[in-house]
Amino acid sequence: MSNVDHDDNHDDAAFAAGGGPRVLSVSVASPRVRTIQVVRPGPADASYLNATSKGLAVTLKHFARNFFLPLRSKESRAKAGAPVDEKWKNEIETVQYPEEKVTYPERFRGLHRLTLRDDGAVRCVACMCCPTVCPAHCITIVPEESDSKGVEKRPAIFEIDELRCIACGLCVEACPCDAIRMDTGEHAKPVEDRSDAIETLQTMMARGVKSIAKQGGAGPTWRETAPGKHPHDFNR
Amino acid sequence: MLSSLYEWLPSGWAVLDSTAVKWLFLVLILVMPLASLLTWAERRQSAMMQDRLGPNRANIGPVKLKGVLHFVADAIKMIFKEDFIPANVHKGLFALAPVLALAPVLVAFAIIPFGPTIFPHSFGSSLDTIALAQNAQDPAFTDSIRMQIFQIDFGLIFYFAVLTLANYGGTIAGWASYNKWALLGGLRSSSQMMSYEVAMGMSLIGAFVMAGSLEPGAIVASGASATFSPDHMMAASNPANWLWLWQPVGLVLFVTAAIAETKRAPFDIPEGEPEIIGYFVEYSGIRWGMFFLAEFIEIVFISAVITTIFFGGYQFPFLDPDGFRFGGEMMTVGVSHVHVGGWFTALPHGVVVLLQFVAFGAKVVLLSWFQLLVRWTLPRFRADQLMHLGWKLLLPLALANIMVTALIKLLFM
Repeated sequence: MSNVDHDDNHDDAAFAAGGGPRVLSVSVASPRVRTIQVVRPGPADASYLNATSKGLAVTLKHFARNFFLPLRSKESRAKAGAPVDEKWKNEIETVQYPEEKVTYPERFRGLHRLTLRDDGAVRCVACMCCPTVCPAHCITIVPEESDSKGVEKRPAIFEIDELRCIACGLCVEACPCDAIRMDTGEHAKPVEDRSDAIETLQTMMARGVKSIAKQGGAGPTWRETAPGKHPHDFNR
Repeated sequence: MLSSLYEWLPSGWAVLDSTAVKWLFLVLILVMPLASLLTWAERRQSAMMQDRLGPNRANIGPVKLKGVLHFVADAIKMIFKEDFIPANVHKGLFALAPVLALAPVLVAFAIIPFGPTIFPHSFGSSLDTIALAQNAQDPAFTDSIRMQIFQIDFGLIFYFAVLTLANYGGTIAGWASYNKWALLGGLRSSSQMMSYEVAMGMSLIGAFVMAGSLEPGAIVASGASATFSPDHMMAASNPANWLWLWQPVGLVLFVTAAIAETKRAPFDIPEGEPEIIGYFVEYSGIRWGMFFLAEFIEIVFISAVITTIFFGGYQFPFLDPDGFRFGGEMMTVGVSHVHVGGWFTALPHGVVVLLQFVAFGAKVVLLSWFQLLVRWTLPRFRADQLMHLGWKLLLPLALANIMVTALIKLLFM
């Protein structure tokens, strides 16, 4: 192989077309030293005809199937990456958003919502945990005094700027009252004005549901009803 | 209706035989619509090959047509985009380059016979082929429209000569852009075109030897058996008489070289849009659109050339000028040969003409489809592989093909 220097390009072309080095022996003392024999590709490989026709057969098969067979059902296509489970249907994966939508996993973090009490009032007690923990500083709460029994504060203004929100879910983790959730399964909507992207108390309560968690003074807390209750738990 | 049109025409049907009318018909009816549709077809087809749906939403109100209108949207977008010319470019050459890329392709179409010769006087009845061969000077036959704009003995040489000019479009665009990447792209473009035009020209010589003519109209009208003895001659409409059967190596070589000539993947080294940056990097708007359109027109043109030389052009299988005929033999009438006898169904000349137009269109569309299939299947060649393929494989094979064809022709035919 004394002509390696000027025969470089030719070798590369040969390798790409199916040839390559064949290892004849490996040195025991230094395994990286090995004797190789360059195998030149045969005429069928060197002319690219084999590989070309194989590739064309693959794409032709896909094209024919997708061109002549009908589209799969929406449900089947919405399962991204799943193998084709319907016979005599094509393999097209495209889900035509927004007419068709993929159902997201249960823990998908979507638009925020504020949960409600039994009487329909907001559950949030304006404890300011979520704006404190929010890394994007997108939550604004202005608290006011609450007149309902056992609840000290409630939010007068609760705004989330969805353009700044990074959907990290820390606000949900931080909330002690199960008052804020991101389980709506909806995206932030496209808007024409930045101010339209700000979620308010009203819009988030409109998506709200009643929480099953006990809250605020009346009745035992979850700590007291929990099965493995610690006797010295004074942190309630 | 036809007769009233005839009375209105100043000097018989031959007025429609003018270059301008035929060129307008060809460009407006066949080339531009097909090239525009290809821009949509390319995206839809590549999507189908990759298990996607592709563009399907462009619409005018409720009219969607599976997204066909995307090319209209593209054209409107490109026309109304800012015509941006960077500082320091050579303004004259910068403006000239897209025209140089587009014009030669449209000119080269002149040699393509895109339909049969139309004899309007026998439109309603079956064409009398024997009378035509005996007495071609009859006014009923001279008052005809030949569906080929430029009929000349060196036909395909004209095509090579003119299409080479399109090469200057890319090179000049690279030079005028005042951009080193564009210049390198222009250089790659010219080196690739030079390499592959040699192989392309050589790959067709075998076909010329077989057909005995360089004139595309003559190749279509008589096929591979033109120089055979009358006993072994075949009808031009017989698929076995088309050159794909007699020049299979030439066909593969020509298709390969021709795809390289269109500068599309796997031979898109001159452009290499995503990574290596090609000669039209500084172009935008409709100027870029002209390069783009030229490429798609080249696809149509290459398909038309392959159809004409290798797949019988406008010939519909087993459809003679006077009707469907299976079997039968060639009868010598004067200097020409007429296919007679056999199982025969007469058809009016008008229907025959229509079927032959449809046959030509269908063949061109199928071959364009095949070019798109190749473009979306194969990865790009590296520059040295490209040169390796062009000079060390295609050219020697083309030369060997000439020798073998000439030898077979000399010894056996």
